[in-house]
Amino acid sequence: MTSSSDKQNLYRQIIMDHYRNPRNKGLSSDPRGYMTVHLKNPSCGDDLTVQLKVEGDEISEIRQNGDGCSICCASASMMSELLESQALAKADHIIQSFINMVQAEPFDEEAIGEAVSLQGVSHLPQRVKCATLGWQATARGLAKIRANRLAGADDAGVGEIEADVEKEDT
Amino acid sequence: MSNTTNTMNTGHTGNNGNSSQTSNSSNAGNAGNTANVPYLTADGRTLAEVREDFPMLRVTENGHTLIYFNNGATSLKPQPVLDAMNDYYSHYGVNVARGVDAIGYKATNQFESVRGQTARFIGAGSASEIVYTRNTTEALNLIAYSYGDNEVQEGDEIIVSASEHHANYVPWQQLALRRKAKLVVINPDADGVVTPDILQAALTPRTKIVALFHISNVLGAENDLKSLAALAHGVGAVLVADGAQGAVHTRPQVAEWDVDFYAFSPHKLCGPTGLGILYGKKALLDKMPPWQFGGEMIDVVDVYETTFAEVPQRFEAGTMAIAEVIGWGAAMTYIDKIGYDFIHQSNHDLTTRLVEGLKKQDDVTIYNPNNVQNGVVAYNIDGVHPHDAAGIYDREGISLRAGHHCNQPTMRLLDVQSTLRASVSFYNTIEEVDFFLEVSKKAGDFLDVLF
Repeated sequence: MTSSSDKQNLYRQIIMDHYRNPRNKGLSSDPRGYMTVHLKNPSCGDDLTVQLKVEGDEISEIRQNGDGCSICCASASMMSELLESQALAKADHIIQSFINMVQAEPFDEEAIGEAVSLQGVSHLPQRVKCATLGWQATARGLAKIRANRLAGADDAGVGEIEADVEKEDT
Repeated sequence: MSNTTNTMNTGHTGNNGNSSQTSNSSNAGNAGNTANVPYLTADGRTLAEVREDFPMLRVTENGHTLIYFNNGATSLKPQPVLDAMNDYYSHYGVNVARGVDAIGYKATNQFESVRGQTARFIGAGSASEIVYTRNTTEALNLIAYSYGDNEVQEGDEIIVSASEHHANYVPWQQLALRRKAKLVVINPDADGVVTPDILQAALTPRTKIVALFHISNVLGAENDLKSLAALAHGVGAVLVADGAQGAVHTRPQVAEWDVDFYAFSPHKLCGPTGLGILYGKKALLDKMPPWQFGGEMIDVVDVYETTFAEVPQRFEAGTMAIAEVIGWGAAMTYIDKIGYDFIHQSNHDLTTRLVEGLKKQDDVTIYNPNNVQNGVVAYNIDGVHPHDAAGIYDREGISLRAGHHCNQPTMRLLDVQSTLRASVSFYNTIEEVDFFLEVSKKAGDFLDVLF
């Protein structure tokens, strides 16, 4: 019991820390060089923008900014910290692991670092969209960059995506 | 934009709350020990008896009996409404206005008699002024497309307030874009009311439509439709009233108020979802073209031309929500037995208790502290996102609304992204309010929902 309550306290501290002191918060005033993804959940008002800079095979920079509940904001902060400087394939794996965790499916706990603190979301299906908003934004940005590269675009890593999360998540 | 300006209430921040001890393992449950209000319904029943009518008040979630404070979204349904719909489907569940069979006649008769009942319920002159729609939103769109596209010309003006539900904002904004008309947005006063003075300042000879809420879904502010209609008529404009919240708290008197259109949703008034009511003055409806085409709304269909049915059938294309109309008839009968006196007294007492209680909690900001008549309290808890707070309420079995309430214009007025909204109804109890106030003090523990 003690260890489980210790773990709970640790998780609380991690989430609160990311909520109160978000990492990589604030967007670049110059969007050139970034893939900017603005994702909203119209039903609850969560609203998040992620800026990704991908150089070669690596995510060299992630910025995030938005407005939402503690789960949404803390999760986006953790996401930005975890995925920065990761190779694209590793980033995919981390994102998928996190999404699996909150959907109560088997996941790679080692891959997601501090974000394991949000495992409780798996008992709150109505909050899964909050927890995954930032991750979905990054996943969409990476997919767009890959598609651009496949199409042979000059500025494959640059662009803007505006979307609502609701319809595609269900 | 109109230059009518004001600042919204910055909210009330109260004194230190003293926390009394209340058990949180069982909430203020059901009828029986609750509901000892001194007043009775129009048919002489107690609140405890009224609560027995609502199966949803016996639902438990996470071991808690549901406390339903989201009445602004939809009301719970009493057993007689469910029974009426079930009776239709079980005993005369056929289509209306088709064929000459006796059972079809019975269905048609019920369906049409509710139209007359609705007209009497809202003080309309005749049943032909009542159009069945899908919901309030569709009713307002019907006016915007049919009346609006016909009557509004380039350069004309359409007035809305900055505190409208999206259903009474976006249709007019889009109409203005279609017709190259000017959308004039007026700010309400500090309590959220569009006063006659505020409207008067915005009216011009080019004003064709004034679209305003009757009662605000966020702030509970109530507009004086009679005065506003008279002013609109003074410049030759029509007044469209969004009554979605209004009809819940005040019995509409559409003819007496002389409003031109009044739209509302039975599902907020103990009736079923899937049905909206549009009242329109007969003379206006008569000159409006249909906006949806198909069965039921025609007169003669020739190969290349069709003549259309008289109002209101002209606006009712296809099979309508028959069971819902019949359920709505039972809902009106039910509301009449409760009586608006009971509704007023209950809303006032519950909302006053809510507001006074929240004022004592020093981290609470109330956005409409002066509107205690209409059952709605919009507020936030400092440092707690509304969705986080809603999670704590939910864990204790309390259902309320967190978000922008389909009313982003009002959120802009208040300069917030979203709020909490507790909205009570006549079947709620003081005990439920007191339990709610205890839970409000724990909203800061929002991460608890994760563990």
